Amino acid sequence: MRFIHSGSTRRRAAFAALATSAALVLSACGGGAASEGDATEGGSGTDGEQTITFIPKQLNNPYTDVVLGGGEDGAAEAGFASSEVVGPLDASASSQVSFINAETQRGTNVIVIAANDPDAVGPALEEARTAGAKIVAFDSDTNPDYRDLFVSQVNAKDVALIQLELISEQIGGEGEIAILSATANATNQNEWIKYMEEELASNPDYADIELVAKVYGDDDDTKSFQEAQGLLQAYPDLKGIISPTTVGIAATARYMSTSEYKGEVALTGLGLPNEMRPFVKDGTVTEFALWDPAQLGYVAAFAGKALADGDITGETGDTFEAGELGDREIGEDGIVLVGPPTQFNADNIDDYDF
Amino acid sequence: MSDPTGARTILPAGDGPSRTPAKGARMAAPGSTRPGTERRPGPGRRSPGSTTTQAAPTGRTGAARLLLGRDAVMIYLLLVVVFYACIVVPRFASPVTVGFLLLDVIPTLLIALPMTLVIISGEIDLSVASIAGLTSALMGVLWQAGTPIALVLVICVLAGLVAGAFNGVLIAYLGLPSLAVTIGTLALFRGLALVVIGDNAVANFPPGLTAFFTSKLGGTGIPTVMVGVVVLIVAFAVVLHFTPFGRGLFALGYSKEAATFVGIDVAQSKFLLYLATGTVSALAGIYWTLRYSSARSDNASGLELAVIAAVLLGGVSIFGGKGSIPGVLAGVLLIGTINYALKLDRVSEVVLIIVTGSLLILSVVAPTIPTALRRARHARRVRSAPLS
Amino acid sequence: MSLDSRSAAPVQPAAHPKPSPLGSFLKLRELPVILALVVLVAVTAAVNPLFLSQQGIKDLLLNATILMILAVGQTLVIITRNIDLSVGSILGLVAFGTGSVFVAAPELPIILVFLIGIAFGAVLGAVNGLLITIAKVPALVITLGTLYIFRGINNAWAGGTQYFAGERPDAFGNLSVDTVLGFPVITLIAVVVVAVVAVYMLGTRPGRDLYAIGSEPEAAKLFGIPVARRVLLAFVVNGALAGLAGILYASRFNSVGATTGTGLELDVVAAAVVGGVAIFGGSGTVVGAAIGALLLTTITSALTALRVDKFWQQAIVGILILAAVVIDRLAGARAARKLRIAEARNV
Repeated sequence: MRFIHSGSTRRRAAFAALATSAALVLSACGGGAASEGDATEGGSGTDGEQTITFIPKQLNNPYTDVVLGGGEDGAAEAGFASSEVVGPLDASASSQVSFINAETQRGTNVIVIAANDPDAVGPALEEARTAGAKIVAFDSDTNPDYRDLFVSQVNAKDVALIQLELISEQIGGEGEIAILSATANATNQNEWIKYMEEELASNPDYADIELVAKVYGDDDDTKSFQEAQGLLQAYPDLKGIISPTTVGIAATARYMSTSEYKGEVALTGLGLPNEMRPFVKDGTVTEFALWDPAQLGYVAAFAGKALADGDITGETGDTFEAGELGDREIGEDGIVLVGPPTQFNADNIDDYDF
Repeated sequence: MSDPTGARTILPAGDGPSRTPAKGARMAAPGSTRPGTERRPGPGRRSPGSTTTQAAPTGRTGAARLLLGRDAVMIYLLLVVVFYACIVVPRFASPVTVGFLLLDVIPTLLIALPMTLVIISGEIDLSVASIAGLTSALMGVLWQAGTPIALVLVICVLAGLVAGAFNGVLIAYLGLPSLAVTIGTLALFRGLALVVIGDNAVANFPPGLTAFFTSKLGGTGIPTVMVGVVVLIVAFAVVLHFTPFGRGLFALGYSKEAATFVGIDVAQSKFLLYLATGTVSALAGIYWTLRYSSARSDNASGLELAVIAAVLLGGVSIFGGKGSIPGVLAGVLLIGTINYALKLDRVSEVVLIIVTGSLLILSVVAPTIPTALRRARHARRVRSAPLS
Repeated sequence: MSLDSRSAAPVQPAAHPKPSPLGSFLKLRELPVILALVVLVAVTAAVNPLFLSQQGIKDLLLNATILMILAVGQTLVIITRNIDLSVGSILGLVAFGTGSVFVAAPELPIILVFLIGIAFGAVLGAVNGLLITIAKVPALVITLGTLYIFRGINNAWAGGTQYFAGERPDAFGNLSVDTVLGFPVITLIAVVVVAVVAVYMLGTRPGRDLYAIGSEPEAAKLFGIPVARRVLLAFVVNGALAGLAGILYASRFNSVGATTGTGLELDVVAAAVVGGVAIFGGSGTVVGAAIGALLLTTITSALTALRVDKFWQQAIVGILILAAVVIDRLAGARAARKLRIAEARNV
């Protein structure tokens, strides 16, 4: 039994060591904090030294890269001293929080975020605002309580309607359709789907179109692929699929182009021209839509600058200049619209490179 | 027949011959597919400082063992990283860091506590993150349905307890391998979370409660919930290191047969451990839900591997029988600190992944290098000598 | 004096001269999973005939292909009482590597790309195997570490870059479209892999050695089996197969990038376990594991085809795994009892 005794002495000592060192570190860090803290306040307050950080839903996503490219350009033109991109590698609800925390601590002046979950980022954004940061949501909104502005692609309703128009045209105005979305909690996706459902129910032009299923591919290539496959099998009479997400539409197109459904079932939605080009050329997809994602980041950067300078407060009716895109007015609920979506088909797809 | 594993050296010497074959055979049945007794390579275990009878003759004095032990090294490493970050990373040295860092590590920290005990006893639990997810889903649905929040919390903790008991019965009483069982329940519990809440997310928890979960103790930056976490840490540390039950776990992980002979109720001990992981995972799920004020089925997914990585980094042997709470705390805080320091420095998460993986491998490979070298030299000598 | 059956090492000498009881025993282990598969397919097809349409069968086979190959490799490793959690990361690296190769050298013969990918996978597998066998440290820890490291390298290498199907030759993509006798080409590749490995495992000395090592490593060593070399072999083959799976992934799916294959490892282990491979080594067959993989992927498709709430899917997979473990336990207990009786007589 001797070993047990020596063991527990050792443990006791280890505890003591851990406790002491923790206390030491805390006090050391705490000591430094007072002066550091003051420096923070002073440093970030001055004009011309403003910083902006973009937090996308997830890094390493082609669509996000285009958005962020526009954001960086916008930040440079708007006159930010530095612009950074940080973000999680997975698009889970909670993964953005510690990035927001770190930016809060860095004293970043403007945080531009595409929320993975409208509420999960809330408390962290509150804290960031308390510390003086301006919050601009883009691409996917947070709960309106937690941000100053939301830079939206286009009017959510317009996005929904254009996709319905496209699908209706492609299936001849009647038949079963399904939606393949991103994650079940994505704010923007759900809003579009809601408008689509309302329009289907109310517009007599769409009386013969039936929405039979909504499935979620989680913006994961493999999962979206299999969801598409499952849809086509479970609903043999399916005439068309709407996928309002770039990952989903590309994965669905890939499946359809390699199966008997190619050309038989219509597919439309929101896609990146570079990703969709082969599927438009081989006849899997006739026409789809998207706004210019780079403009989204670009406008968000200018909106951030205007907020940080105190030119606007995010009130409805405020206007700010968004570089070469001209003036933008803040609409209801603090939403800024970027521009109309473009429709891509075999005739014009080669004119675009994003 | 001589036993090359060395596992049995812990047995009372006189016990061997007195064992009847029948008894031996009876003993074998539950143990025959267990990791604790089976997966143990002989020589690797005899590292200095392990709680074995062989620790004594290694020649290190008590003080040296204290200062050079595995726990101590982890703590030094943690200190070095913290001080380095204080100097190099702008604004790291601040109470704000303490707050954000701790808020981030609390789920890992919580689950690491029972996980340490489970792994020391020679088992594993991969279902912890799924239990947390299930709890979160339950919380959302119950709260949505108008259940009083206190009742919601009680039900959630009980759900964790039941989930843990389910694991426990399969592993402790039916003698099924824990790795396989908990891979199964990992899928099952996460699946049930999806069944419970589906695609929905529930966010409107009482603001007072969610605010409490992110509140700090005065100006110290330490999150208020840390008080509860510290209580749990102390409780688990006391149980593991200062009670017969805890010591029994080491014996259990080292040799199940030995543990039985010393009079430990193996099945009951293991069952209790899984109750603990279930319950604490439920607490972590509740924390997760309220901190992020979002109840979803995919909350905490993937956390199991992070927890196990932190525990192993903290010096717990995957074969069981070795490890300590201080070491694990240091392991969890080390990963947490590196993580937050990198974020504050805006270094990509990619680096964090690579660092975590490398640390994990180093932590198990480094201690074996001297042994491996010795063995290689020995093997050369043996090979050069003529064999019969 | 043996404390329990594990140190008795009777499996060794007994296994070689008496293959027939062993053979029937193994058949028993695969029986439940085959039955489950048949029932599942029959029920689903009865409700939704489209499930077994030509396209339906093709999709079922295609879905199973990649997991099947991974499960075969994983089985080799598990049989030696090890585990490889890094397969998802290896697959990701090789898949992205394949995409890069085609972009860098579009004219490269496809067969050469296959060889490069498999070799790349084998190298990654060898990293695991060498760390484990040289340092004699647990596979679970090492491969958990390389899971992170390989994924990190993949992220660092790929960044935001993704390569799309359009950037790969049509002939390559067509491997997962074209069929021979109703079987997609990549599925045939998987079937060949299963067959070759199965024959190797049951018909050759090194293959049998893997079982011996998994049953009782110490006895295997005493028996003169080069344990370290065989375990290394298992990891290298597993890596190579994960590499092959990565190439096929690039053939079938649209994009390969930084996150390709994330989280696959547990599915793979689950497939092996469901297929009757004992998690602590020494028993199970690659055919069983392959059928396990087919069952798991078929469930996903079946639930969708049945329009069952997809939320149940994961829970059902969990129950299946648990059922497989229990069945394995019951079969194992019976075998152990037989073994002990034989052993008692020998003493």
